[in-house]
Amino acid sequence: MALVNPGFVEEVRRSDRFNASACMNCGVCSAVCPMGIELLPRKLFRYVLLGVKDRVLEHGEAIYSCLLCKLCEVNCPAQVQIAENVRSLRYYMNKKVFKI
Amino acid sequence: MPLPIGDTVGILADNLRIRKSVLPVSAKSAVAWARGLGLARGGETILYTGRMYQLMPYIEALNKVQEKIEDSWIAEYVKFGRVINRLINISALMALPSKSMRESCVKILVNIARLLGRAGVNFGYLYEEDLYSGALIYDLGVDDILEAHARRVMDVFKKYRVKKVITVDPHTTHMLRSVCPNLIKGYDLRVKSYLEVLAERELRPQKELRLETAIHDSCLYARHENVLREQRILLEKAGIDVREPAESGKFTFCCGGPAESLFPRKAKEYAKKRVDQIKKVSFRAVTMCPICLVNLQKAAGGEIQLEDISSYLVQAYCGG
Repeated sequence: MALVNPGFVEEVRRSDRFNASACMNCGVCSAVCPMGIELLPRKLFRYVLLGVKDRVLEHGEAIYSCLLCKLCEVNCPAQVQIAENVRSLRYYMNKKVFKI
Repeated sequence: MPLPIGDTVGILADNLRIRKSVLPVSAKSAVAWARGLGLARGGETILYTGRMYQLMPYIEALNKVQEKIEDSWIAEYVKFGRVINRLINISALMALPSKSMRESCVKILVNIARLLGRAGVNFGYLYEEDLYSGALIYDLGVDDILEAHARRVMDVFKKYRVKKVITVDPHTTHMLRSVCPNLIKGYDLRVKSYLEVLAERELRPQKELRLETAIHDSCLYARHENVLREQRILLEKAGIDVREPAESGKFTFCCGGPAESLFPRKAKEYAKKRVDQIKKVSFRAVTMCPICLVNLQKAAGGEIQLEDISSYLVQAYCGG
């Protein structure tokens, strides 16, 4: 069972540039991801929006594996700023988990 | 055990905070390329290397060590490495670069300076104050340390009253053109890649190079900075038959390099996929990013001949 924390998205969101909620879950990003990271970005963003913090934290490798190459972003029909959103997740992990 | 993410990111971030670079390149080594070129110090227009090409031999050397550590019992001890690295510069001891790699990176920067000179561009250089841009730390999301470093870089530009910056690689171009304006209030630098500068000057070739080569676009130039046309114009005018691999231009396939610092094995697997795409169209390829060059070279293992774009441009536009 996953614990849900509705305030989690606000902890991750640093500015208006975090626009994961624009994602309509079409799957284009996962289909084109050259790393083949099935989880990134849509499922991971959904975990953030739902506030399933534990699920996000257990996927550190996926969060840092993203190349920020933006191939998903140029193909995204909803103009989600995927690379910036991934960077926001890294910022959160660096601060809260790794204490950097 | 994979490389521990937090400790590895921590070491790189500590290095930027304490030593002004993710990997320690001495000022002497970073400016060695400019020796004997007679470049003015500072000026309204400067060539800013952001130390990216100078860093590549060190990154390559460190990655060899990381590949050995990754999935071995030693990975467990990286956390102690981070603590020690704050006091003693151990990343400098681990990353001992090869002489040949250092020489080829020096040559690339000399080529770029020669090309700009040939185009009639009057520019200066910041020598030991030409600092690393912070690109890797931006990618890794350590924004507080990045912001402090960006201010240091800007202070140097202000000190020399720099107005226009010519960059040599896509990471530095992206940092100065798209990232720093969001970090620094009143940022008003005009930033262009040397490829953009050369293309707009309508440089004429001195020699026609009758050869064909594949082109590997950098993700940052292609999708972030819209530098796509310039490199093709310059190569084609030089008499080069430019071959486009599958997934090129705006939809270019990443070289995998950005994963290198944390997941060297993944980065190599990924670069191999790109090398396979390139091989289908040519046995030669040009890159315009030091990270792409090193990562693809490592994966290619001699299967294709990879060159930085400046190597061909200098032959064509400067006559060799």
